[in-house]
Amino acid sequence: MSAASQTLTFTEAAREGLAEEMERDASVFVVGEGIGERGGNFNTTLGLFDRFGPSRIRDTPITERGFVGMCTGAAMAGARPVVDFMFLDFILDAFGELVNQVAKIQYMSSGRLRMPMVLRGCIGVGGSAATHHSGNYYPFFLHQPGFKVVVPSTPRDAKGLLKTAIRSDDPVLFLEHKLLLATRGEVPSEPYLEPLGRARVRRTGRHATVVAVGVMTPKALAAADSLAGSGHDIEVIDLVSIAPLDTATILESVAKTGRLLIADEDYQPCGVGAEISARVCTDGFDLLDAPVARLNGAYVPIPYSPSLEQAVVPSQDAVVQALRDLLAE
Amino acid sequence: MSVAQTVHAAAVSDHPDRELHLYKEMLKIRETELQLARAYRDGHVMGACHTYVGQEAVAVGVCAHLQVEDAVFSTHRGHGHALAKGVAATEVAAELFGRATGCSGGRGGSMHLFSPEVGMMGTTGIVGPNILQAVGAGYAFQLNGEDRVAVAFFGDGAVNNGAFHEGLNLASIWDLPVVFVCENNLYATEVPFAYAAGNPEVAMRAEGYGCPGRAVDGNNVMEVDTVAEEAVARARRGDGPTLLECKTYRTRAHAEGMPEVGYRTQEEVDSWRARDPIALLRSHLVGTGRVAADEISAWEDKARTEALAAIEFAKASPWPDPRTVFDFVDSSDSAEAARRS
Ligand SMILES: Cc1ncc(C[n+]2csc(CCOP(=O)(O)OP(=O)(O)O)c2C)c(N)n1
Repeated sequence: MSAASQTLTFTEAAREGLAEEMERDASVFVVGEGIGERGGNFNTTLGLFDRFGPSRIRDTPITERGFVGMCTGAAMAGARPVVDFMFLDFILDAFGELVNQVAKIQYMSSGRLRMPMVLRGCIGVGGSAATHHSGNYYPFFLHQPGFKVVVPSTPRDAKGLLKTAIRSDDPVLFLEHKLLLATRGEVPSEPYLEPLGRARVRRTGRHATVVAVGVMTPKALAAADSLAGSGHDIEVIDLVSIAPLDTATILESVAKTGRLLIADEDYQPCGVGAEISARVCTDGFDLLDAPVARLNGAYVPIPYSPSLEQAVVPSQDAVVQALRDLLAE
Repeated sequence: MSVAQTVHAAAVSDHPDRELHLYKEMLKIRETELQLARAYRDGHVMGACHTYVGQEAVAVGVCAHLQVEDAVFSTHRGHGHALAKGVAATEVAAELFGRATGCSGGRGGSMHLFSPEVGMMGTTGIVGPNILQAVGAGYAFQLNGEDRVAVAFFGDGAVNNGAFHEGLNLASIWDLPVVFVCENNLYATEVPFAYAAGNPEVAMRAEGYGCPGRAVDGNNVMEVDTVAEEAVARARRGDGPTLLECKTYRTRAHAEGMPEVGYRTQEEVDSWRARDPIALLRSHLVGTGRVAADEISAWEDKARTEALAAIEFAKASPWPDPRTVFDFVDSSDSAEAARRS
């Protein structure tokens, strides 16, 4: 089998996926601020305005609640909107529309109305973006039934998951960590899709499992490499899907390693790690040789100054240390 | 342009058959709701039940110009919109009774009536979002090149919500095929609109968005009919949205079981009851000799019989099967998928 591939950045790969889906289905359209001729603050739509025109690459006023509510109605009426928030922080202005409408309309209509909507935006701490441009927010959408949430960490997943998200009849949050946007990686040249709802085992190991969310994946892989020198064999799972959680893949890994660390830049209380930990304790208590460990960003609003910003995110060294502590349990 | 103005209905004799149709539609809503209110009192209807009694001319006058494919997005006070859009009274009643045969399968109740098959895209328990959803349906119709129109009904209370501002602006800048119908019944729960709004003339707000605004007597179904015809035609032509302000009044409590007066006087309620939209059209039809009084009485009997039959249908219907509670959370339609989350 030929495995023709190309090297793309995360952003290029996602954009290619978006363009392919827009080519394939004329009911797909994108709304957002500065996504028209400008091509998006994060180049999410660069060049697409010329190809698809203003009704499908739709520059909006600064009206987050308005365009989310509008896209809700558009999805109910047969279109497939992609909402590009630029920074995901702006989604909060539309939270009522999302939780009370987007998440509930399929259920309330007994499935006679579908909600094919993609909600994409940049998340995460980095570049002194400061507190209104650095949030992660994904646990909110795991808590509420009705959403799917993916946080890809590779260009290949970015493209394949965005394509699947656009084809999905459910609302899907597609979240892009700012520090991953320039990541380069192999992307198949042939058309492909990646499945929603699945975690990926990025590195196999026997002594401990790290479940990493998004930007923590490269840090966890590097930490695992550095621990390999001292004889520790670490398995790294890239969570990819926040909702639904792929509990099966995690339990399978824990069955092998007996030790679990969840590494997530987002806050700890009621976070993704809390939910994973609860599930593993319920369904895999006997598999554990040590208490489940969590490594998270500091529980503070995200500060601006680089010295402060560095202090709130879990570093690669912190992952190494957390793993050493876990292995010593 | 875009200056709010009061439009006076064309001579009613221009539309002889339409009047009779509108009358029967209003009757259907009235009789069905009176039975639902009784069922609420008897404990068959649960939760909150906001009747539309007194405002029937608005839904009927507007929906008279809609095709099945056109989409209506309604409010917490939505029984009248659902019935006028073509949802069967049996399905509305069964939904309020929480039965499997209801238009939302018992998942929704009064504030979540869905029947997309006839273009009833939902009532909502949250004030505001339906305005935006109508804008979105308009966007989809325009994008897909479909000859369809979306209508949002909402109260005066929604006019002070951001959804109104964002929705009207978006519809206007993109010339979307949407009709915004504000039913100004003077109160949001017990709060007078005159207190809640810096400028209590809703139709004038259209000017701020660059679209036409029309204020009409919302208790005169023919006036509503006339402005709705124009607004729907404008939307269909691709000329963009219109804001209609229908000045009306709910003559029952905000919701069943709540006080009817206190925040408003009995005299005020009585003065509006004297201008009841159904009675107004009835006296016009009888007064002009268009229809004999006993013929109208026969229609009324028929409407009441049908309303009672809807209630009986609801009562006799099964409860939803609890095993279906996980169905339709997402597009996989299965309980298995929901539990997997
Ligand atoms: C966002 C929101 N806030 C508050 C409420 C509670 N509430 C239900 S109906 C209502 C009054 C609505 O008044 P109006 O829009 O004028 O409609 P009317 O009841 O007069 O038909 C309020 C405040 C709600 N449903 N949604």
